[in-house]
Amino acid sequence: MTWVTKTLNSTLGRKLIMALTGLFLILFLTGHVSGNLLLFKGDGGQAFNMYAKFMTTNPAVKLLSYLTYISVIGHIVYSIFLTQHNKSARPVSYSTSNGSSNSAWSSRNMGVLGTIILIFLVVHLQGFWYQMHWGAVPTVEYEGETYKNLFEIVSFAFQNELLVGGYVLAMVFLAFHLSHGFASAFQTLGLNHKKYSPAIKAIGQVYCIVVPTLFASMPLYIYFTS
Amino acid sequence: MKLTLKIWRQKNATDKGGFATYVADHVSKDMSFLEMLDVLNDQLTEKGEDPVHFDHDCREGICGMCSLYINGKPHGPQQTTTCQLHMRSFSDGETITIEPWRAKAFPVVKDLVVNRSAFDRIIQAGGYVSVNTGGVPDANEIPIPKTVADLAMDAAQCIGCGACVAACKNASAMLFTSAKVSQLALLPQGQVERKTRAEKMVAQMDAEGFGACTNTGACEAECPKGISITNIARMNREYFSAVVSSDNM
Repeated sequence: MTWVTKTLNSTLGRKLIMALTGLFLILFLTGHVSGNLLLFKGDGGQAFNMYAKFMTTNPAVKLLSYLTYISVIGHIVYSIFLTQHNKSARPVSYSTSNGSSNSAWSSRNMGVLGTIILIFLVVHLQGFWYQMHWGAVPTVEYEGETYKNLFEIVSFAFQNELLVGGYVLAMVFLAFHLSHGFASAFQTLGLNHKKYSPAIKAIGQVYCIVVPTLFASMPLYIYFTS
Repeated sequence: MKLTLKIWRQKNATDKGGFATYVADHVSKDMSFLEMLDVLNDQLTEKGEDPVHFDHDCREGICGMCSLYINGKPHGPQQTTTCQLHMRSFSDGETITIEPWRAKAFPVVKDLVVNRSAFDRIIQAGGYVSVNTGGVPDANEIPIPKTVADLAMDAAQCIGCGACVAACKNASAMLFTSAKVSQLALLPQGQVERKTRAEKMVAQMDAEGFGACTNTGACEAECPKGISITNIARMNREYFSAVVSSDNM
């Protein structure tokens, strides 16, 4: 074993991968929610469709998208490694445990929250990402150029109450996942200092509410306006 | 006070074990938790039964020998050691569940006694400084800023009781290991073995089968000595910078 594999197989190394991939996914969510705000523009989806085309064709964005895929897969795979290791560290569990007295619920249930988010992700990618890349998407023309009309797909999907409800619920779980994950990633990286840790925690608490709320407002907006 | 005690009984390391229920009558509010168990053991001995085995030594909250997972919390409802916990923290008629620390790295020896020598092996892996013996050095020969000395002292408060492992949902020993890594990394005397220490202590911690850290903060909340999880962040810094810069392949 070289020093690299030895480090990445240690508990600290595995946590490092969780933190780095987690932070990259937080950056991804920030970009994703910012771009999707174009859904609120009320221009029949023109800006959103042009943005969607840019996001699927620009080479720099392509590179970022590969990093995102790697981060998602790495985050999942290493969470499985860590969960197995952590479960094996306590073969006999307590008969009485009072976890809520010393830690936050979300921090103790990151695996459960993550699994729910993964289920959402599969449905979400199948519904939009797969359709945009390989599905039969109607086209629309703006200023003589042809664009895939992803806006129509999105608008159609969010007529369905069940899907809208599922999306909003998934964002609640995402909020709880982020409420622990954001600050926790910095702690794992060793970034804990009385000068800036309170700010990191505060930003994390704002982030975990604002971003999922914005995401959740999109299906709700489309459902109630169309 | 009259209490119902639900205590984990296990003959030896290989025995499956299970809970036994005892009634403790005439418990004084001023008794310590261990004194309450002493009285119970007196009664069991008089009846010819095997007394409940539990770890204890100084009973002053400084040795780290006592343990016990009481009503779902290490060292019980107060943030202190079990020997410093008093029966006034409980109410009359209450049922108290007493379990041993639960971790793969802390196997049960008997009843409530667990083997915590995994901690000793983590310390042996690097939790020391090597110095040549000789004449007594002058006081203040090595200048250490007060703030740094305080941080090192805070970390050195760890008594190695294992409450952090017991409290952690992953049975992780990060708080214990990081306290020693921090204490020695902060002081000038610890610089010689600084990188090797971080690498070896983390490797030993993993080899013992302790879990990873989820940053829940349960260890810090339950630590009878108030060791902060800022030490875990420091250990992570120490470890990551050591692995990328040390000569150990």
